[in-house]
Amino acid sequence: MAAPAAAVPAAAESSTDTAATVQLASQWRLIWWRFRKHKLALVSGVVVILVYLVAAFAEFLAPFSTDRMISNLAYAPPQRLRLIEQTDTGTRYGLYVYGYTAEVDMLSLQRTFGVDESQRIDLRLLAKSEPYKLWGLIPLQRHLIGPVDQSAPFYPLGADRLGRDLFSRIIYGTRISMTVGLVGVTLSLVLGVLLGGVSGYFGGTVDLLIQRVMEILRSMPTIPLWMGLAAAIPDFWSPVLVYFMITIILSVIGWTWLAQAVRGKFFSLKTEDFVIAAKLDGCSELQVILSHMVPSFMSHIIATLTLAIPQMIIAETALSFLGIGLRPPVVSWGVLLKEAQNVRVLVTSPWLFLPGAAVIVAVLAFNFLGDGIRDAADPYK
Amino acid sequence: MGRYFIRRVLYAIPALLVISFISFLLIQLPPGTFADTVAAEMMESASVNESAIRAIEERYGLNQPIMVQYWKWISGILLRGDFGESFIWNRPVAPLMWERLGLTLVLTASAFIFVCVVSVPIGIFSAVRQYSVGDYIATSLGFLGLAVPSFLFALILMYIGFRYFGTSIGGFFSPDFARAEWSWARVADLLSNLWMPMLAVGLAGTASLIRIVRANLLDELLKPYVAAARAKGLSELSLLLKYPVRLALIPFVATVGWMLPQLVSGATIVSVVMSLPTTGPMLLRSLLGQDMYLAASFIMMLSGLTVIGTLISDVLLALVDPRIRFT
Repeated sequence: MAAPAAAVPAAAESSTDTAATVQLASQWRLIWWRFRKHKLALVSGVVVILVYLVAAFAEFLAPFSTDRMISNLAYAPPQRLRLIEQTDTGTRYGLYVYGYTAEVDMLSLQRTFGVDESQRIDLRLLAKSEPYKLWGLIPLQRHLIGPVDQSAPFYPLGADRLGRDLFSRIIYGTRISMTVGLVGVTLSLVLGVLLGGVSGYFGGTVDLLIQRVMEILRSMPTIPLWMGLAAAIPDFWSPVLVYFMITIILSVIGWTWLAQAVRGKFFSLKTEDFVIAAKLDGCSELQVILSHMVPSFMSHIIATLTLAIPQMIIAETALSFLGIGLRPPVVSWGVLLKEAQNVRVLVTSPWLFLPGAAVIVAVLAFNFLGDGIRDAADPYK
Repeated sequence: MGRYFIRRVLYAIPALLVISFISFLLIQLPPGTFADTVAAEMMESASVNESAIRAIEERYGLNQPIMVQYWKWISGILLRGDFGESFIWNRPVAPLMWERLGLTLVLTASAFIFVCVVSVPIGIFSAVRQYSVGDYIATSLGFLGLAVPSFLFALILMYIGFRYFGTSIGGFFSPDFARAEWSWARVADLLSNLWMPMLAVGLAGTASLIRIVRANLLDELLKPYVAAARAKGLSELSLLLKYPVRLALIPFVATVGWMLPQLVSGATIVSVVMSLPTTGPMLLRSLLGQDMYLAASFIMMLSGLTVIGTLISDVLLALVDPRIRFT
């Protein structure tokens, strides 16, 4: 490993750091200095944090619960949020939307919606509506935004097939979709570090065997394999159980990539001077691994993890989209996209694509963030 | 080369064996045996035919240990080409499967060719013109391609086709040819309908390969031999194609092999969205109906094909890169 001094040009100009502070800086501090020069990765990191905040405060941010429906407003288009109103008596300020006019085509029985400017629906911040328990603990009644009159229609992103608010459903879906990635990656991490570590540290026959298993698993096309596994989940299982089964199924393949990264690192570090020195000093195998080797490749693992999460998100979305992943009443982005399967419906209500936009934003943010972390992972280079 | 080839083929055999066993385990996963499912199906339609149930139990060895069942299943496939019976279709699995597999192969292969043909030139371009407008466009398209799930891209393509061109995309064939016999006209019709699913399946692969070609070529372009060749007066194009591109393509070929499972995955889900007559929709239906012999055969054949595809790409890689076959 090169001396820390090699990192001086990388970090010195970014602040008032002198060579001395760079020399004394810890590995993580050097990583941070390098990471923050990646503007795109930095912005993406903020986006990821925001998305997880949405997931954490879903009940508060969503105006309605996921199953509140107004059935005669099925497929109602998004309303435009308005601030200024010109009336005969002057200009009024305040958040409001217009209601809907509905016309039913007697031939196709299809409803076409228009804007009803005579019907003004006032909105307010911290509106009182359906009571809920934040994180199942704190009883609250206020939502970030909502109509003053609880029963009034308010569809900032349109309504779905049953007249449910897509905006609220996407917010609740964030919670499921974003945590599936986290839980799945955690499972893959445990398996990957364990098997990859064993493979890389001991080598020999064990290594050969684990390598073959990984190769075989990876040569299987993932979607058909996942489909086969997911279809075996019984219908009568509770949503929570199904959720965990899905994450386990997703990690069946996911762990191989992590294991490969860990194995590679073990191989390259095994012969490093500091590892041999630790062994000569009489450290036990476990101690060598945990306190000498793992810290030196931790940052790489984090980068690999960050890049694995979007894959899991896409996988869950795909499975739920096919109808064999998570199932209603659970709301995830994939479950929402299942409603967008019919092109004819999409043409009349294109806002049903919006959960897909949420997927794309989340996946892009994770990819950029992961790329940034990977580039910064080895600050001594 | 011969030794490398034999070793590589020998590696593929245990892979195929494990894959067949995993596929077989999928048959076992749903609660109850296949005979139970068939019995339940019979119950819905008419009376339960006890002797037919017995015959099924006998045929698949359902009351025997799992290894015996596996042996009955796999030996039937290997020796007699008998993949079992599909109860949804009330027909043997094999003839149902072959045409669908054939079309899956057509779709995957065309997506594969599309990926290679598109990603190499774009990758080379954005490496040679690094930080140009074209490079930025290619890079951001690449990122978007990685972030948009293939089924969503398929939906968007269908939406655009339906909304702006009034064509309803679904299936491989125009109505006139859907049930026709194979002929040149039908092949032409297939090709004219193929481009959209091909694009949807190939997008993610194209995106990641552009990045790989670009990164590797950038590494090569900075090496001294390029400057030396340029100093000797070699024309820019022949210099580029003769040395750095050839070297940069080696990691490309290595990745292309691993792209196959991804393409087959993509083809499966895109076919469901676009309701193509490939394995995808039928696999989904058989899984939802717990028609497990059909489902397992599909999964095994798809995985088997990818293993063979990976084998071919590894052999090709060894042909391109002598360093591999001599180690």
